[in-house]
Amino acid sequence: MLVVVTTPITNWVSYLVYFSLIITVILVARLPLLTVFKRSLIEIPFVLFAVLMPFFGTGESYQVGGFTLYREGILAGTAIVAKGTLGVLGAITLSSTSTAREILRGLERLKLPALMVNIASFMLRYINVVTDEMERMRIARASRGFEAKGIRDWRILASVLATLFMRSYERGERVHLAMLSRGFTGVLPRTPDSPPRPRQYLQVVSLPLLALLIALSERILR
Amino acid sequence: MFAPLLHIPDGFINVPTSVIFMLLSAAGIAIALRGAKGELDDKTAPLAGLTTVFIFAAQMINFPVAAGTSGHLLGGALAAILIGPYAATLSITIVLLLQALLFADGGLIASGLNVFNLALVGVWGSHLIFLIIRKIMPKRKNFIPVAGFIAALIQVPLAATSFVIQYAIGAESTIPVSTVFTAMVSTHVLIGIGEALVTAFTLSAVLATRSDLVYGWKGIAPKLEIKKVNS
Repeated sequence: MLVVVTTPITNWVSYLVYFSLIITVILVARLPLLTVFKRSLIEIPFVLFAVLMPFFGTGESYQVGGFTLYREGILAGTAIVAKGTLGVLGAITLSSTSTAREILRGLERLKLPALMVNIASFMLRYINVVTDEMERMRIARASRGFEAKGIRDWRILASVLATLFMRSYERGERVHLAMLSRGFTGVLPRTPDSPPRPRQYLQVVSLPLLALLIALSERILR
Repeated sequence: MFAPLLHIPDGFINVPTSVIFMLLSAAGIAIALRGAKGELDDKTAPLAGLTTVFIFAAQMINFPVAAGTSGHLLGGALAAILIGPYAATLSITIVLLLQALLFADGGLIASGLNVFNLALVGVWGSHLIFLIIRKIMPKRKNFIPVAGFIAALIQVPLAATSFVIQYAIGAESTIPVSTVFTAMVSTHVLIGIGEALVTAFTLSAVLATRSDLVYGWKGIAPKLEIKKVNS
């Protein structure tokens, strides 16, 4: 990711190779392409921002159908779209090939403080419980004929938030007591995992190394 | 409320700037970790975990505005007043990190920028404003939502300004900083009004039923006293 961000956009060949790399990974991992596409729509606000960019700038410019487009702006805009898309595709690949638990374990290995990892794992463990609770509350409101139409309904929606907060907090207290009664000492027990084999290391560094090679070769050739 | 540009993806702000803000955020989180441990001891993980889920879930509730548009809560000010700034910093940081890792919402190298704007500037900005307002106003329960209103109102444009500063330092773009500033701050003033309303409503609802949970009220709540009644 770092390699991609530091590559100047004028090295467009490198970008083609980056895209083909990430697409190869997606294909090898057999991710459903439609899902990948849908999830990358999250980038849209930034794409809109990038589309505006050619209209701003200084220096070299072109006249296209009555609009003044600036070379600098076009380059910056394309750079944002290209880099952003690569980033989003990378993150989607990570999250669809690894379970949340594996990602957390990874963060732990990357020396994220244990407390942060614990909070995050509690969050992942209870996210469905709380969203289900929220859904039940929504159904209850709907079955009593409530429909949020405008700002006047915000007070009611806010009271939903308040109830949700109290229920989550109280659940947190209950969970803590339940943990204490099962002998919780302040540290979560963890099963030891096998250290990664050299082969795995090789697999992990292969993609960034490849990207780095491409960026360097492009620079040397010029 | 709907924040069009707050989750910055990778490649939008250059690497040196991202790294600087990553270090700043890491320092902020380290302080918050210490503070939260001191406040909650071994309860930290389950309680902060569940409140993190709450913030995540709260952001999924849609608040209709008008003509088909709607927004959602950002929650920085609300979290700071409900659970205290230390735990709120951790919760918002984790929400942002997991959104970047699991939903590709916001970049990984840019995560330092996002955490700085929302978890540090957002939470601590609103906490300080809340403290100041609480100090000036009468120490009564029904003034807490008012202080929360003002804190949320200012916090949202503040976080937007922090984004503009990052943009000014290291954006790889040609749109002038002043244009971005006007656009960001003017929209976020509006967003701030919505955020403020929802924050105040939510606070008053929690205060009505479980005021003992509200961090911003705990410190100044009057002690229980025993009074003699003539009978």
